[in-house]
Amino acid sequence: MIKTGKSGRLEALRRRLWALERAGRQSRAVLPFGLGPVDEVLPGKGLTLAALHEIAGAGGEEEDGAVAAAFLAGILARLKPGLPVLWCLAVGDLYAPGLAALGLDPQRLILVRSPRTQEVLWAMEEGLRNRALAAVVGEIDTLSLPASRRLLLAAEASGVTGFALRRWRSDRVAAAQRLAPNAAQTRWRVAPQAGDVSAGEPGVGRPRWQVELWRCRGGVAGSWVMEACDATGHMSLVAAMADRSAAQPDSYAG
Amino acid sequence: MPDRPFVLALSVGNRRLVSAVNAAAEALGIAPGLSLADARALHPALAVAEADLAGDAAALRRLAQWCNRYSPWTAPHGVDGVFLDVTGCAHLRGGEASLVRDLVERLLRQGIVCRAALADTAGAAWAMARCGSSDSAIVPPGAARQVIAPLPVVALRLDPALAGELERLGLRRIGDLYALPRATLAVRFGDKVAECLDQALGAAAEPLLPLPPTPMRWTRCRFAEPIGTPEAIMAAVHRLIQRLCRSLGDEMLGARRLVLSSHRVDGEVAEVTVGTARPSRDARHLFRLFAERLGAIDPGLGVEDMLLAAPVVERLAAAQLRIALSPPEENAACGKPESARVAAEADGNIVVFPAGRSAARPRAPAPPADQDGVDAAELAILVDRLANRLGLRSVGVLVPRESHVPERAQRLAPLFAPAKGVWRFDRPRPIRLLPRPEPIEAMAPVPDDPPISFRWRRLQHRVRWADGPERICGEWWRGNEDGEALRDYYRVEDEAGRRFWLYRDGLYRPLATPRWFLHGLFA
Repeated sequence: MIKTGKSGRLEALRRRLWALERAGRQSRAVLPFGLGPVDEVLPGKGLTLAALHEIAGAGGEEEDGAVAAAFLAGILARLKPGLPVLWCLAVGDLYAPGLAALGLDPQRLILVRSPRTQEVLWAMEEGLRNRALAAVVGEIDTLSLPASRRLLLAAEASGVTGFALRRWRSDRVAAAQRLAPNAAQTRWRVAPQAGDVSAGEPGVGRPRWQVELWRCRGGVAGSWVMEACDATGHMSLVAAMADRSAAQPDSYAG
Repeated sequence: MPDRPFVLALSVGNRRLVSAVNAAAEALGIAPGLSLADARALHPALAVAEADLAGDAAALRRLAQWCNRYSPWTAPHGVDGVFLDVTGCAHLRGGEASLVRDLVERLLRQGIVCRAALADTAGAAWAMARCGSSDSAIVPPGAARQVIAPLPVVALRLDPALAGELERLGLRRIGDLYALPRATLAVRFGDKVAECLDQALGAAAEPLLPLPPTPMRWTRCRFAEPIGTPEAIMAAVHRLIQRLCRSLGDEMLGARRLVLSSHRVDGEVAEVTVGTARPSRDARHLFRLFAERLGAIDPGLGVEDMLLAAPVVERLAAAQLRIALSPPEENAACGKPESARVAAEADGNIVVFPAGRSAARPRAPAPPADQDGVDAAELAILVDRLANRLGLRSVGVLVPRESHVPERAQRLAPLFAPAKGVWRFDRPRPIRLLPRPEPIEAMAPVPDDPPISFRWRRLQHRVRWADGPERICGEWWRGNEDGEALRDYYRVEDEAGRRFWLYRDGLYRPLATPRWFLHGLFA
């Protein structure tokens, strides 16, 4: 991404402000993706721990969030392995064998189910105050700015990382919520990407995702095509160039 | 095993002895004390189980406790007896005869075959129960001397060697001993015979040592004036919990369930129950569990009596307790929490180690952690709060189940339950499995091929790639309907790259339209 002088200065100012905001709260521990271009744009060269992150599905995945959940599972697999993860959801459709294949040990998961968003948010906050956890995941449809702020504060106080996995039950909610501001440190959109034609192999290949970091405090936005996590939760970049159109045939380059 | 010969065996030294037999084994001539080899020689197909003496003793103790329903004064005796002192209690059960009948019937209903006897003295009752002719004998007051006279001398609770010696001298019945001078008996056989005889006839005292009463794990708080404000109720509950936790601490127990009953002035009783995932006697934790539920108590005109009981308790070692209890007067021995320690890092970031719960605590012992390094106590506190607000069934962990039917391969289990089984992911499995398969309209040109397009939730998807089929059959042992189920699963990718798990229900039949379902979503 090429920056003009003005936006570059703005960016620098933002980073300084961010650093001032965070000072005194917690050390800036991060979880790197292990993917150069992705870590490059994130402040601290990785996903900030003890913060709130938002991951939403896109490209038809807004309601089910399967790809978003898989992307998150890859992150959780590498985040303090051994410590449990609280996963708060409204619909009990999480399938453990699928998670296990992405490297996330299902035994680490503690599921909390409640059909009401308010209760899910409450459970998330309770979890974020508990230091025995590695992370807290909440599948929520509406997230207001004050609610997200509460989650962020709880996460910063305890050092537990929070993830808001957005699942919108209808297009109307999705339209209203997709761009609504919240206190998340990073906001991701993950969409499925059609398989590789050039490989010439029959059947469904290794899944690919269009991962877009469209909002990042103290960092830069970016977009990448990734291959789904392997059994250790590591993703890999498909193309070195970001922001390519989906219609172009993909090729392995780096 | 009522009809097959069955014995319990016990190792004594390097011998294996029969310690107990059932009726069928007894009929074959197998008696306790016989060596197991001899018993097997008598009946090769003998069923044998290991005797559990400690378990038997515990069961007998529980039985004696159960007998508290007839009398507060009960005591286990020997390896297979229970004494009840029913003095002054019989009228509560409609007299001695109906008490004994009730006791025998209730025990029989529990599968316990027994012989009961009621007499003036423990010794006479023992003699009648062991050696009397009736299964439930009642000796009228003052008649013990005549009634036990025809019984063998073993009935005096003499050990078999001594009883054998008496029998060799022709003293076969208890009545035979009446005529002998006491001094002769004592010189010839020691004090034991005379003592047992005196105890049986009531000439010597024989106090029973009753079981200690089961401690009631409850506390109550009566108020001089009915209370009604939330603050007052909170304060009362706080005090009740502290008292209960202290008494649980004395017994090294932790509560799994607590019931708070508030008796209102108008006679209504409001109950609030909280459960915990692990035994706890942490006053602060238990109070927080209650604090969220106290809103459910409608004080009405006022609450005049509150009762907090712990009906379900489990053993809890002191090590699992948290350090800090909230009230200062209880905190004296525990040490104050340290203030936050602040350390500056080289690059200017400030690291704060919060007091109380961090690995950097220098003095306090580390929180108990299991082999994974998971702070189970801390986790239990969280789970309790979640479960008490959202319902016990809404919190759990996914555990594998040995089934190849996808929806049965996992289930939600309560936390801290022993885990078994392993997750299998050698075959592609979706990350989201719909709670129930959703029917789709699918177009499949060739019977055994995946569909080329399908319609799900009002949206049309064109299939670009497909893998499969993976055939999954129902589990025939679950009955007819399941046994005939057969699904051919396909993993398909649509034009947008979304990946689904579809299946065709049943085998292809020429005339019937195949039914297609969408069962899961891949990443």
